[in-house]
Amino acid sequence: MRMKYVLSEVLVGLWRNVTMTIAMIITMGVSLFMLGGSGLLYQKVGDMKDLYYENVQVSIFLKTDVNDQQRGDLEAKLKSDPLVKEVTYVDKTEAYKRFQEMFQDAPDLISAVKEDSLPPSFRIKLNNPEQYKSIYDEYKTAEGIDTIVDQSKLLDKVFNVLTGIQNFALAIAVVMAVAALLLVANTIQVAAYSKRREVAVMKLVGASNWFIQAPFVLEAIVAGLIGSFLGLLALIGLKVVAAGGSMAAVEGLITPVSWSEIFLMFPLMAGVGGLVSAVTAWVTLRFYLRV
Amino acid sequence: MIQLEQVTKTYPKASRPSLDNVSVSIEKGEFVFFIGPSGSGKSTIIKMLLHEVTPNKGRVVVNGKDVTSMRSWKRPHFRRSIGCVFQDFRLLPNRTAYENVAFALEVIGKTKAVARRVVPEVLELVGLGGKEHRYPHELSGGEQQRVAVARAFVNRPLILLADEPTGNLDPDTSIEIMRLLDRINRTGTTVVMVTHDSNIVNQMRRRVIEIESGRIVRDQARGVYG
Repeated sequence: MRMKYVLSEVLVGLWRNVTMTIAMIITMGVSLFMLGGSGLLYQKVGDMKDLYYENVQVSIFLKTDVNDQQRGDLEAKLKSDPLVKEVTYVDKTEAYKRFQEMFQDAPDLISAVKEDSLPPSFRIKLNNPEQYKSIYDEYKTAEGIDTIVDQSKLLDKVFNVLTGIQNFALAIAVVMAVAALLLVANTIQVAAYSKRREVAVMKLVGASNWFIQAPFVLEAIVAGLIGSFLGLLALIGLKVVAAGGSMAAVEGLITPVSWSEIFLMFPLMAGVGGLVSAVTAWVTLRFYLRV
Repeated sequence: MIQLEQVTKTYPKASRPSLDNVSVSIEKGEFVFFIGPSGSGKSTIIKMLLHEVTPNKGRVVVNGKDVTSMRSWKRPHFRRSIGCVFQDFRLLPNRTAYENVAFALEVIGKTKAVARRVVPEVLELVGLGGKEHRYPHELSGGEQQRVAVARAFVNRPLILLADEPTGNLDPDTSIEIMRLLDRINRTGTTVVMVTHDSNIVNQMRRRVIEIESGRIVRDQARGVYG
């Protein structure tokens, strides 16, 4: 019976102040959507970093007039360098072949470039991609070297943008969470006020504190859970829109977000939504009900 | 049953104490009136017995439990042994007489079956048989106070506290309520009543403790209002 009492109180409580409840749920939903989104982005950035940095290379382009002696010295030095994991030599012919492949859609460009004009290069994989600087310092003055290009520099730019988006989403999530929190506090105050007579009687006859607080706290938790469900729906909506539309273009670049990853975000969103609501409600009651 | 030992209570920002070194001992089954002018500290005693306020000095023992050092989380369970009636009845307007009394049982974990057995019995006892399903606004003041008494007594508490229970009632109705409290007292329940009503005190001829400016000025076994 007590459970039934508590549950019916929760429903009555949510319905009593329905406009405020809806505002609370929507705010909570947006906040949790942003949280879930940034969580997904965080995972994606992690995946992509693993994938891209695994294959990242440092290219040492040699001068076109490099002689065999210089090239041989360089190769020997690179092969014995402890920072270097792997060295491949791409000679002029190989470089031209790659160039042809890369620009096969633009035959004009290919015909404009002679086989001889592309520089030979060493493609190096580093044990630790972040040690690019030491490689650069060590080899920049070596003879026969034209330029040294670090691909990870390019990746950093991409990832900076992604991290920026992620931080932005998190910031919105936090701001919305503060708004949601205040709405929860307000809703609970209104609920406690409208039930002040019942609460007074319950305190008088010795109802336990949890029994007095439970309907209010549960009311907030239910709103939080509905909010997180709303957030999940928004994430699903985003994926559906993205798959069919504008995002399809970058599909190859960004590893796609799977359904299971979206649904795995739900426990996080529901947990945060429920917990934040519950704690807010409880703290509000401590001040407002003084049970 | 109830002991106040050299109790002093000064509210924050108050210039003088509400209770000043008060010592009272009330035995099981007694019927005690606390009388005195407004602001004399009578209500502070009731609040202290309910563990709503704690004294600055001294000790309060109720039902063998030291209320002074009681932790607030023990308060709910402690209150179940004390019934309480107030001047303003404090009934829930959207519940019937039956539901008001049953509510007090249900929120402390009693089942509906227990309520169905006990509530009609206690409503009969307070003289409300047949009016179980009336709402407070459909009852007279005296009847509402009977519902409040039924709610306070339904748990068979050891102590019944009454804070000006007749303050809102006409003299005849007041006497009916007093008869009811007297009947409850005869079941062995200790009754502590705060009142202004000289008529009632003079008619009942029970122990009277008079308080003035936080001090006990009179404690008489079969007293009058004076």
